[in-house]
Amino acid sequence: MSEVQTRPRVEIAALLKESVVAALVALGLTVVMVGMKTVDQPGGLGLEYRWNWVAAAVASVFIGRFLFALWRETRPRHAAERGPSRQQRMLTSGGDFIRKFGLWFSLFALGFAIAMPFLGGPFSTRYFIDVATYVTIYIMLGWGLNIVVGLAGLLDLGYVAFYAVGAYAYALLSTHFGLSFWVVLPLAGMMAASFGMMLGFPVLRLRGDYLAIVTLGFGEIIRIILLNWYELTGGPDGISGIPRPSFFGLDFSRRVPENGDTFHTFFGLDYSSMHRIIFLYYLILALALITNWFTLRVRKLPIGRAWEALREDEIACRSLGINPTNTKLTAFSIGAMFGGFAGSFFATRQGFISPESFTFIESAVILAIVVLGGLGSQIGVVVASVVLIGGTELFRGLEEYRMLTFGALMVAIMVWKPRGLFSFRRPTVILEGKKIVGSQAGEGSG
Amino acid sequence: MEYFIQQLINGVTLGSIYGLIAIGYTMVYGIIGMINFAHGDIFMVGAFVSLIIFVALGLAGVTFVPLAFAIVLIVAIVITSVYGWTVERLAYRPLRGSFRLAPLISAIGMSIFLQNFVQLAQGARVKPMPPMITGGFTFLEGSDFSITLSWMQIIIVSLTVVLMAGFALLIARTPLGRAQRACEQDRTMAALLGVNVDRTISLTFVMGAALAAVAGMMFLLYYGVIDFYIGFLAGIKAFTAAVLGGIGSLPGAMLGGLLIGLIETFWSAYFTIEYKDVAAFSILVLALIFRPYGLLGKPEIEKV
Repeated sequence: MSEVQTRPRVEIAALLKESVVAALVALGLTVVMVGMKTVDQPGGLGLEYRWNWVAAAVASVFIGRFLFALWRETRPRHAAERGPSRQQRMLTSGGDFIRKFGLWFSLFALGFAIAMPFLGGPFSTRYFIDVATYVTIYIMLGWGLNIVVGLAGLLDLGYVAFYAVGAYAYALLSTHFGLSFWVVLPLAGMMAASFGMMLGFPVLRLRGDYLAIVTLGFGEIIRIILLNWYELTGGPDGISGIPRPSFFGLDFSRRVPENGDTFHTFFGLDYSSMHRIIFLYYLILALALITNWFTLRVRKLPIGRAWEALREDEIACRSLGINPTNTKLTAFSIGAMFGGFAGSFFATRQGFISPESFTFIESAVILAIVVLGGLGSQIGVVVASVVLIGGTELFRGLEEYRMLTFGALMVAIMVWKPRGLFSFRRPTVILEGKKIVGSQAGEGSG
Repeated sequence: MEYFIQQLINGVTLGSIYGLIAIGYTMVYGIIGMINFAHGDIFMVGAFVSLIIFVALGLAGVTFVPLAFAIVLIVAIVITSVYGWTVERLAYRPLRGSFRLAPLISAIGMSIFLQNFVQLAQGARVKPMPPMITGGFTFLEGSDFSITLSWMQIIIVSLTVVLMAGFALLIARTPLGRAQRACEQDRTMAALLGVNVDRTISLTFVMGAALAAVAGMMFLLYYGVIDFYIGFLAGIKAFTAAVLGGIGSLPGAMLGGLLIGLIETFWSAYFTIEYKDVAAFSILVLALIFRPYGLLGKPEIEKV
């Protein structure tokens, strides 16, 4: 073959036409929405014009599209020249690293997480431990949601509802009946799980997209009820003065009760407010690790395999005698239970909760963590939480762009790397001698 | 009795708006078998574009109401259609043939993006809009309660009826409608027979967005306030309407819209206004339990 054929002539005119169309679309998108800003004025709304922004957007879309088209036209045509295909790359990229060093990375991360408060330097500051606690809550929520979305393939958009149920369960039971955190924790988990079952039962028989929108609606219902049932939940004022957890009955307070001990007197330490901060950090770390351990174990049990099989092919499962409704229901309510645990922890850490903490945005953030980390990947959730939540903490000034970026990232990830940005997970069980081929790998096993 | 009739009128007006949005859901679902999560936000974009153009026309000194109304309608439809097209192009087309959850997740990402984009571009404050079309008829005066039927309500309902009729014709009679119905039944076969499937799907999104733009404009004129968050609730309710009527069926979407509008209005009128959104969701769940294929839909046959 001659070399001329592999490099066809680039038709600049066609590329220019394509870029002009893209620029016109950009003009249509921005000319009203960005170009004219409504501003409050005495006597109604006024307008503020920002044509330079529109021009910048149109110009960058034009140039970007042109460069992209140029790249597309000039890259090698033949598969052999181009290197591994897109699907092959999807299977390996990002996965290679994790597969080789995944275990070491997890062990290192675990060791660091456990040793962190005693490392000294910046790691032992109150601020750093607070941020770490906050990130760990999201890791736990991500792991909980991963059971539902990653393993069972059920898209849950109202996960925050179970988080809210757990938080309010602890807040109400402890402020009204004086029950301790350790008694309420399993109760809160059970309550969240039964809410999950109540909601799941009618809708899990149906297609995935129905489930998504019903869970979205359910999350809103819970929030509306919390907001309006003033007698029980305090409405928008929320519940304050939620008791803190104790360490096997030992409080973390400075004042020592008359007949008894507190944490610092029992262990003969000087009182320090850091004790409680560190204790809370370890508490959520332990809860999160339990979630992770549970997921890793259950994936090897028949039920866990049934979840993954159901995600791949529901009809095949039914013909093999797996009851899809019950199987989905277990995944849904177990995911909800971990959400409830995390909610109880949230309530006890904050000491104050209100419906504002449980909006749809929270669900979206948790879902973004699971999606960006790679559906079904446990390490991916950790990396995604650290980057997304910790990163937000670092760039506080850019707070308003946070959700915009999350949304754009979710679209981009699905288009380019549907198996997740940071990680990769192989199917838990692979039959001997059977290779994963591209088309199968595309089918949700990521 | 007067109170009842008044609520009936209000419910039908609200139902018309929901119905127009629901058509967008049902058409997209019919053709690609997926819920367009960003559709509620497309509706919100339509409302915002209408507001901006109304303000711009007001500043430019256009005071003749029918002219302003027509210009806003056209501009809102065009701009919102571009948004609908872009959503399909960016979040759906690259994902044909990807795994099942992928388009759902990317559409949710798109919805989050649009909400925050509008919030950043136009500010988070609630945008008020002085009433443009006022007046109407009053019936049964003299008793303790009188019924009013405003011009706005007449315009909303009649515009909806006209659009519905136009759409039914478009689907039933034109080559585009035929192509859409062909893609709905079998995309591969349609492509083999020379239907441009990608173009047909794009046009379906554009049509849905155009109707959502009209709904957005009417919402703006009827309620007089909008914010970047209206697409969320309106989207869920319109989706409920589409499911209730039978997803994939155009008359079903309209019927479902009317029912949801009526249920919501009567619920707020006779029970509590705080829980009116809960009513819509409960209807959704009940519909899914007892009649998942909706009032006018056909049961879905699963093919292996």
